[in-house]
Amino acid sequence: MFRYYLDLALRSFQRSKALTVLMVLAVALGIGASMTTLTVFHVLSADPIPGKSERLFYVQLDASERGGLAPGAEPLEQLSRFDAETLLRDKRGARQVMMTGGRVALQPPERDAKPFFATARYTSADFFPMFDTPWRFGHGWDANDDEAAARVAVISEEMNQKLFGGADSTGRMLRVGDNELRIVGVLAHWRPVPHFYDLIQGRYSDIEQVYVPFTTLLVLKLPIVGSLSCWGNGNTPDRRALNAPCAWIQYWVELATPAQAGAYRQYLVDHSEQQRAAGRFERPSNPRLRNVGDWLAFKKVVPGDVRLQVWLAFGFLLVCLTNTVGLLLAKCLKRAPEIGVRRALGATRRAIFAQFLVEAGAIGIAGGVLGLGLAGLGLWGVRQNPASYAQLAHLDLPMLATTLLLALAASLVAGLLPAWRACQVTPAIQLKSQ
Amino acid sequence: MDIRPILSTLRRHKTAAALIVIEIALTCAIVSNAVFVIGNRVERMDTPTGMVEAELLHLRVASIARVENADATTAQDLAVLRGLPGVKSAAIVNQLPFGANSSDTSINLLPNQPQPTVSAAFYLTGEGALETMGLRLLEGRHFAAEEFRAQSELEHDAQVKLPIAMLDRATAARLFPGQSAVGQSIYLFDGPTRVVGIVERLAPPQPLQADGDYGVILPVRPSYRQGSYLLRVDPAQRDELLKAAATALEGVDSRRVVTDKDRFDQMRHSYFQQDRWMAGLLVAVCVLLLVVTAFGIVGLASFWVQQRTRMIGVRRALGASRGQILRYFQTENLLLTSIGIVLGMAGAFAINQLLMTHYELPRLPWVVLPIGALVLWGLGQVAVLGPALRAAALPPVVVMRGA
Repeated sequence: MFRYYLDLALRSFQRSKALTVLMVLAVALGIGASMTTLTVFHVLSADPIPGKSERLFYVQLDASERGGLAPGAEPLEQLSRFDAETLLRDKRGARQVMMTGGRVALQPPERDAKPFFATARYTSADFFPMFDTPWRFGHGWDANDDEAAARVAVISEEMNQKLFGGADSTGRMLRVGDNELRIVGVLAHWRPVPHFYDLIQGRYSDIEQVYVPFTTLLVLKLPIVGSLSCWGNGNTPDRRALNAPCAWIQYWVELATPAQAGAYRQYLVDHSEQQRAAGRFERPSNPRLRNVGDWLAFKKVVPGDVRLQVWLAFGFLLVCLTNTVGLLLAKCLKRAPEIGVRRALGATRRAIFAQFLVEAGAIGIAGGVLGLGLAGLGLWGVRQNPASYAQLAHLDLPMLATTLLLALAASLVAGLLPAWRACQVTPAIQLKSQ
Repeated sequence: MDIRPILSTLRRHKTAAALIVIEIALTCAIVSNAVFVIGNRVERMDTPTGMVEAELLHLRVASIARVENADATTAQDLAVLRGLPGVKSAAIVNQLPFGANSSDTSINLLPNQPQPTVSAAFYLTGEGALETMGLRLLEGRHFAAEEFRAQSELEHDAQVKLPIAMLDRATAARLFPGQSAVGQSIYLFDGPTRVVGIVERLAPPQPLQADGDYGVILPVRPSYRQGSYLLRVDPAQRDELLKAAATALEGVDSRRVVTDKDRFDQMRHSYFQQDRWMAGLLVAVCVLLLVVTAFGIVGLASFWVQQRTRMIGVRRALGASRGQILRYFQTENLLLTSIGIVLGMAGAFAINQLLMTHYELPRLPWVVLPIGALVLWGLGQVAVLGPALRAAALPPVVVMRGA
C-alpha cells in the first residue's frame, strides 16, 4: 500500500512541479536554518568533561571587605592566595587544584630564532589527573615538584610540534624568559568545549600551550594574565603576596561522589568562620560550590546571540511550515475530483488520509535532505564568523539524524490538516460535478 | 468596490484564508523584531569614542627577559616614536576603547562611603595623551607637565596620592548634576582628588555598558609593561608608520617583541565584528522570510484563481471589467494582509517583551508599526499581482464553456 501511495505522490509531484519545488524549498530553508543554529547551540552547550562534570566543583569564598553589599550576594569569582593555599593544604577533596593563567616568552631551541609569546597555565599538580588530560609523551608533575617549586613544564602537542617538530621532547629544556624548565610531559590534542576550567581566558578559547607549577610561578615571577580584584583601602605593593587582599586564583575540587558536596560545603563554611574569627573575613560566611554544569549555566557561557539565533531559526521554520500547510491544502483541494473517484472505487477515508500523509512525508524527506545541504552551507558560513566559538561548529552524527527526523516530523505535522480535509471529500458531489 | 462578496467568498475558504493570515502575522512579528535588533546593532557600531580615530595607531610591546628599568625604556621609546617623520604626537596610556586591557575604579563623593557612587573606566595617561587621542576639552584645563607621575612610583607607595583628575562629560553630569564639576572633589582611594577639566567624551574599553559609560582620567604615566603606545599620524601614512614604529620600538631594546600593532579604525572594526555578523545574518533571514511568504501568497492566490474560474467567467459575462476582476483579488489580498499585520504587530510586541526580559533589548519603537505594515502590504500586492492579472485575462466565453 505504501509503495502505491508513494507512486501516487510522485505522479502528483510531476503534475504540479512548481508547487512541489516551492514546498520542498520552503521545508529545506526552514530545516537548514534551524539545524544550523541548533548545531551551534548543541556544540556550545556541550558537557566539556562527560562522566566527571557532576563531581568537579568550582570554589568561591566571600573574602572581600564588608562594603555596602547585601549579605548572601554573589561572592568574589576567585580566591585569594592565602585561602587557596589553605584549602590545598587541607586536601578535603579527592583532588584539588589552584591555578591562574599567564603568558610566557619562549625562546625556540635554534640559535637566532626569534622569541615569541605563548599562553601559559600556572597550576598545582592535580590539574592533569583531575581534568583527564590526554598524554602524547611523558606525564605531569607531582606534589613533590609543587613543594620544591621544581623547574618543570608540560607543553601542548601544538607547541611540541612548533618547537621540536613533534618529536618526544620530554627531558629537553624549555627556555621561558630567562629561565630553563625541564619538559616532563607533552599533552595529546585536547580541546574541552567550553574552556570551562578558566572562563576568564575566553569561554571557548584553545587550551594553554605551556603548563608550569604554581609554586614555580611564585619563585620565578612569571607574567600573569587574568582578572585581579583587590579590596581594602590603599594600594597593595605586591598583589600576588600570600597575605595580599586580592583574589586572582581559580580553585577546583574533585569529590569522589556528588553526594559529598554537602560535607565539602560545610568545610568551606567552617573555613570562612575560622577566617572571620581571625579577623581576615568581614562578611558572613557565604561560600559557593558549583559543579561544572551549574558553573557554566551560572556564567551564561552560551552567547546570548546564539540563543537568539535558535529562536529566530525556529520562527523561520514555523513560517515555512505554515506556508507548506497552505500549499498542501491548495493541492489537496485541487485534487478533490480525483479523491472522489478513488473514494467511489472503494478507498476508505483512512486510505485517503494515509495517501496524503505519505505525500507530505515525501516532501519532508526531500526537504530534509536539501536542508541538510543548506545546514552544511550555513555551518560553513558560521565558521567564517570571527567569534572564537565559530571554528567548533560542525555537524555530527546525532545532529544529522535529528535534521532528517525534524524534517519528517515537521512535514507530517504540516500534512495533517490537508490530509484530514482530503478524507472529508464527499464522493457523490465530486462525481456529479464532473 | 464592494467588500461583501469578498467576505462571503473568504468565509467559504476559512482554512486557506486563515493560513495566509497566520503566515503574514508570523512574518510580520519576526521581521519587525529582527529589523529592530539590526537597527540596535548598527547603532552600537556607530558609538563614538571621542577620539580622532582615523589618525591613531596603537602599539604594545612585551619583554622577553626580566625588566630592570621600564620607566627609562618607556621614555626612550616615546622619544624615538616622536622622532619618526609623520608622527604628530605619541603618548602612553594604560588602556584604550576596544582594547584588550580593562581597568575600572569606583568613584565616591565622600571619604569612606559604603556604596560607591559610580564605577568608571580608570584611564592612566602619560604626557600628551589627551592631545594625541584628540579629546575635546569642554571646561577647565589640561594636566600641566609637572603634574604627571610614574605609575611605578605610586605602586611602591602604599598611600596613593592622586591630587587631580579629569572627567568626561557623562561622568561629570552623573556625579555633579546641574553644576560644574571643575574644582569639585571626588574620592578614588584615600585622599580627595580635585577635578580640573572636563572632556566631551572618552569611551571606556568596552563601551555601551548597561549602567552607562563613565570614565576618570589621571595624570599617571604607565611604563610599557603596564600600558601601550598611541600615535597620532597623518591618516594617509598609517600603514607605513605602523611598520616603522614597530621596527623602531624593537630597535630600542632587542629583547622585546611587539605584541600588538593596530590601526585604531581596525580595532573598532574587529571589536564590532560579532555585531556586524549578527546584523548580516538577521538581514539574510528577513529577506528569506519575505521571499517565502511572498511565494506562499502566490501559490494560494493561483489556486484560488483556478478554483474560481467559473465565478470569474460569470462575473465577466454579467459585465464586470478586467479591472474589476483585478481589483477583486487585490482587495482580497489587502484584507487578508491587514488582518495578518494587526495580529503580527501584537505578536511583535509580545516577542519584544520576551527579548526585553531575556536579552536586555529596549522596547520596540512605534515607528516599526507603519514601516512593517507598508512592507507587508507592498509584498502582498506584488505577490498577488501575477495570479490576479491571469484571472483578469481569462476570456469569459472560454471560462464558461470550460467549466
